[in-house]
Amino acid sequence: MANIDNTYAAKSSSGDLGVYYLDITKEHCPMTFVKTKIELNKLQKGDILNVRLTEGEPLENVPKSAKEQGFNVLSVKETDTKGIYNIEIEK
Amino acid sequence: MAEEKQITKKLSIIAFSGDFDKLTAVFTLATGAAATGYEVNLFFTFWGLDAIKIKQGRSPVGKGFLPKVFGIFMGGLKSAPVSRLNFAGISPKIFRYLMRKNNVAVLEELVDAAKQLGINFYACEMAMHILGLQKSDFIPEIKDVLGVATFLQLSEGGQTLFI
Repeated sequence: MANIDNTYAAKSSSGDLGVYYLDITKEHCPMTFVKTKIELNKLQKGDILNVRLTEGEPLENVPKSAKEQGFNVLSVKETDTKGIYNIEIEK
Repeated sequence: MAEEKQITKKLSIIAFSGDFDKLTAVFTLATGAAATGYEVNLFFTFWGLDAIKIKQGRSPVGKGFLPKVFGIFMGGLKSAPVSRLNFAGISPKIFRYLMRKNNVAVLEELVDAAKQLGINFYACEMAMHILGLQKSDFIPEIKDVLGVATFLQLSEGGQTLFI
């Protein structure tokens, strides 16, 4: 956890990177991580993708599959809406 | 370490069925696997070839009289029947409605995602020959026309499914 926080702090200070947003709260398997992957494919290395998703299957699998493919998951935070999370993925 | 793992992650699916529900299973597995870092090979044969025709409705695709008649009956992606309780094509429409209503990706969206994820599409040479189909009858994403030997080579070392 400490490791993730450090990476997030380092990146947020650099400022010049592209930040993108994707809402998959209405999607179901497999489109949750399919849409995330398609979006990540479009980005440049170093860009950050904020993914808004629901708890349960998407929250378990989207960060896990992103990590497995070598992307950095910078943060996983619950939003103001209960059960809806925002995760930051760095390409 | 992560990269070593990716090399062995491979899923090859023989898409034999042209049924709406079975093709949905093919493309759900394929896109899910591709999005999680798998190399994915789809090998379309027999009825499965309906999924990759340029003409998605019923049309006389194929060379010769009998293949053309078959082409009309078989149709394409948009006219795919469900494997059970098809009710002369009413059920696929109901399924599409239910899937849209429940925000589940319909077949066309899954196929589109598969293209975007760079999944490898292959067509079976033998089935194409029987049905009088040519590579030009299929969507441009079809990478190659293959036989059994090449498919076995491509799928070696990964998981293979027949749907």
